[in-house]
Amino acid sequence: MTSATATAPPPPPSAPVRPPLPPRRLYPGLEPSDRAFHGVARSVGMFVLVMTGSIGLFLGYQSIPTLRHYGLHFFTETQWNPELNKLGIAAVLVGTVEVALVAMTVAFPLALMFAVFITDYAPRRIKGWLVSAIDLMAAVPSIIYGLWGFFILQPHAINLARWLSQHLGFIPIFHVDTDPNAAVWQQSRYTSSAFIAGLAVSMMAIPLACAVMRAVFDQAPIGEREAALALGATRWGVVKSVVLPFGKGGIIGGTMLALGRALGETAAVLIIISPAYVIKPRILEAGTQTTSALIAGDFGEASKSQLSALLTAGFVLFLITIIVNTIAAIVIGRSRSGAATEI
Amino acid sequence: MTAATDERSYLAPMPSRPDLSVSHDLPGLGEARRGPARLDALEVSAWFGETKVLESVSLSMPPATVTALIGPSGCGKSTFLRILNRMHESVPGAQLAGEVHLNGVDIYTAGYRVTQTRKRIGMVFQKPNPFPAMSIADNVTAGLGLTGRKVGRSERSDLIEDCLARAGLWAEVKDRLSRPGSALSGGQQQRLCIARALAIGPEVLLMDEPCSALDPTSTRRIEETIAELRDDVTIVIVTHNMQQAARVSQQAAFFLAEQGTPGGIVESGPTEQLFEHPRDPRTDDYVNGRFG
Repeated sequence: MTSATATAPPPPPSAPVRPPLPPRRLYPGLEPSDRAFHGVARSVGMFVLVMTGSIGLFLGYQSIPTLRHYGLHFFTETQWNPELNKLGIAAVLVGTVEVALVAMTVAFPLALMFAVFITDYAPRRIKGWLVSAIDLMAAVPSIIYGLWGFFILQPHAINLARWLSQHLGFIPIFHVDTDPNAAVWQQSRYTSSAFIAGLAVSMMAIPLACAVMRAVFDQAPIGEREAALALGATRWGVVKSVVLPFGKGGIIGGTMLALGRALGETAAVLIIISPAYVIKPRILEAGTQTTSALIAGDFGEASKSQLSALLTAGFVLFLITIIVNTIAAIVIGRSRSGAATEI
Repeated sequence: MTAATDERSYLAPMPSRPDLSVSHDLPGLGEARRGPARLDALEVSAWFGETKVLESVSLSMPPATVTALIGPSGCGKSTFLRILNRMHESVPGAQLAGEVHLNGVDIYTAGYRVTQTRKRIGMVFQKPNPFPAMSIADNVTAGLGLTGRKVGRSERSDLIEDCLARAGLWAEVKDRLSRPGSALSGGQQQRLCIARALAIGPEVLLMDEPCSALDPTSTRRIEETIAELRDDVTIVIVTHNMQQAARVSQQAAFFLAEQGTPGGIVESGPTEQLFEHPRDPRTDDYVNGRFG
């Protein structure tokens, strides 16, 4: 427009000078079918927001009496002893984070390697099978992983735990308060630990993280892959120079999503751990407690005030999970791979 | 492991003649710049799955010459080009027959490493594809890292300047080498890709419609670059633009795939002859814009 007016011959001097036109109003009316779909989609979207919001409000409202009664001590007290009126989530939160971190330490490299294998190494004909297999892992109920962890994994994992404490026991997190080199070693000191619970939870974190990473790796632009290949790159060269840089957002986002899952995992943890309300960094040692396992375990016999305390713990977990997931969403959205349409 | 078996299955239609007297790397590897090489395609056919897309194509691409591959869309030019540096086999279901000789040695000989072949025969694609996360300088040297070649700091900066200069981009980017490659214009990105391909010292450079996504000014700039590179490296270029083929090439080959038949070369020869005095009436029709 402007260029057209610029090149147009100047108006004769007698003509009145018209002011430039202001932007005019547009009426982008929706077709009735579009409008109907718009309405349905919007109400479904609103429903999700309302559900999440009302859960948060309910938890927040329920936790008011507890927070009023215990104040900041609720966050610093390690004991959970309603009878003695001593009650806090310090130990529980530490246990929650420990289990989640163990789970992610195991799940992250496995999920990453599995995703890279599926997208870049697996023969085409088994690729679909591998994807189904990993998706099936996500479909197994968590209680099954709990039973598996308790009956099948634990008898073997305690040997690994002992080995770790023998060789890395000088690091506080791998220390166990018993003699790992004793001829008859105390097996029970190594059972029901954050370590073993974390191993079981990692089985649930892997498919989630892997699915996100795989989806993102698959979108790595074919043009850049071919550019690397044409330069004489090996498959690993393509992964290193194209797939991983492109998929960075998906790697971080998928890991955070899985971390959110690991933080909230209940049934498997409840089966494996034996409750202990102390802040301890010794992840291999028997006894720990997580927020969700605490709620699930104590919920049945709780009085009204105890219930409020449990819901407060749940509220804290809810906030942590929301924060982790929000960060994940932001990271995915900001990265190149998250904006999938733009290549 | 899987790579080896995959390659073998791709090569299945070709008679294999294992030559035990040669090493597993193609001869003459290692040096940075070896000068232009001769490339000969001998009775090359290609399939995607069950569909045959190329039928017995033979073409000699002499050293230090620009060879243009012309023809309508879907006639197998790009497939033929991708067979010349073994990119064809990266497509699932792709197969081929025939031989491609680089300085007289078949690049498809059993046991030859595909990565070594691609190091010697570089490629520039239709759509500029610099690595977006890397700086301009890192893009130029990306191939060195990918092929495991280590260079010192001063050698590296010399190489960057040399390759960018040969690609005709140095003057425009010398003050912003650490900026991301994706910040350049389309034409500059394409020349960056040429510089990146030159950095590993190829003897042959394949260009698959390098200007089709570019504006006329950038196109002219790339054509100048091609003319300047001709003495250093043998160039094979696929183009839809008749004038471009006439301007940049010394030799041309006209590909055609008639209704339901695989593509093949109708006529090849010196560019001038192909455009001025085509022997085949179909070539005459095509270069004079009567079809395609």
